[in-house]
Amino acid sequence: MKEEGALQAKAIVVTSGKGGVGKTTTTANVGAALAREGEKVAVIDVDVGLRNLDVVMGLEGRVVFDLIDVLEGRCKMRQALIRDKRVENLYLLPASQTRDKGALDPKIFRAVVKHLIEDEGFDRVLIDSPAGIERGFQTAAAPAEGALIVVNPEVSSVRDADRIIGLLEAGGVAENRLIVNRIRPKMVKRGDMLSVDDIVEILGLDLIGIVPEDEGILVSTNVGEPVALRKERSTAGEEFRNIARRIRGEAVPFPDLDEAGGLWRTVRRIFGGR
Amino acid sequence: MFWWRRKKSKQKAKERLQLVLAYDRAKLPPGRVEELKRDLLEVLQKYFPTEDREVDIEFEQRGERMVLIADIPIRS
Repeated sequence: MKEEGALQAKAIVVTSGKGGVGKTTTTANVGAALAREGEKVAVIDVDVGLRNLDVVMGLEGRVVFDLIDVLEGRCKMRQALIRDKRVENLYLLPASQTRDKGALDPKIFRAVVKHLIEDEGFDRVLIDSPAGIERGFQTAAAPAEGALIVVNPEVSSVRDADRIIGLLEAGGVAENRLIVNRIRPKMVKRGDMLSVDDIVEILGLDLIGIVPEDEGILVSTNVGEPVALRKERSTAGEEFRNIARRIRGEAVPFPDLDEAGGLWRTVRRIFGGR
Repeated sequence: MFWWRRKKSKQKAKERLQLVLAYDRAKLPPGRVEELKRDLLEVLQKYFPTEDREVDIEFEQRGERMVLIADIPIRS
């Protein structure tokens, strides 16, 4: 697996700086998709006090112990890990909902992730980072060798992503890749939304995914089933599966966002549009 | 330059972002650039007659590095 674009990193933090851009959705779906590809995957929610990865994955009813219990030695790792029954080899380590972020210790968290990879045989650990650049983010990033930076085509998100990328690089997180989430092809086409190329140019980071805005995401969150695992055809779900394959080193082409396609494009070109 | 007005909002977004990121990356509050501009002018005026509003100082990303561009018209 030495293809270009492949992520060698086993511990990967999913982060963005700004809140609400799709970190948790990305963690759940890329994690599920990697497991579908045959990897043994743990997804960890580090958003202590505001946990959500459990509900997005539909595993909220099975939470007994959480990350802080593990960090503080109140339970064994295997007691806290929730196995997702829909796909082989997918596990969730939920955040604590009742504790505050002060309970997070980057050093201990690093040891926990190391234990998962070295002793429990996990191929990948995806860490869902809280928004912001404070302790929560720093803890989430501490064990990471690589990062998926989720960005929306919107100025505040791009600015925050730039800040996060700087912090990750300064902290020695080396394999960083960009996921442009919630892109709306029609708005890009009429010049009212930053394009993927614009964002890549501004941030200067390698791209690993282009996820279009998709109502299916909300539906899947409603029912607690990641789109990447759903049978219904969904553009976002497909792209999340493609991201997993790219992480594994497959050369999967990026989606063609020009949904209007051939004829319409030609007609508009004739009339001088773009 | 009337076409400028019809510029798409994404172009505007891109330009604003590039400028704000230049300041962010250089860890410079915009006010510092005003100070720099003032100081630069003071020095320049010892040698050439220049006018404040003609001096244009900006940061620009050039590949990996950030450069400071000063555009100073000289009146002779």
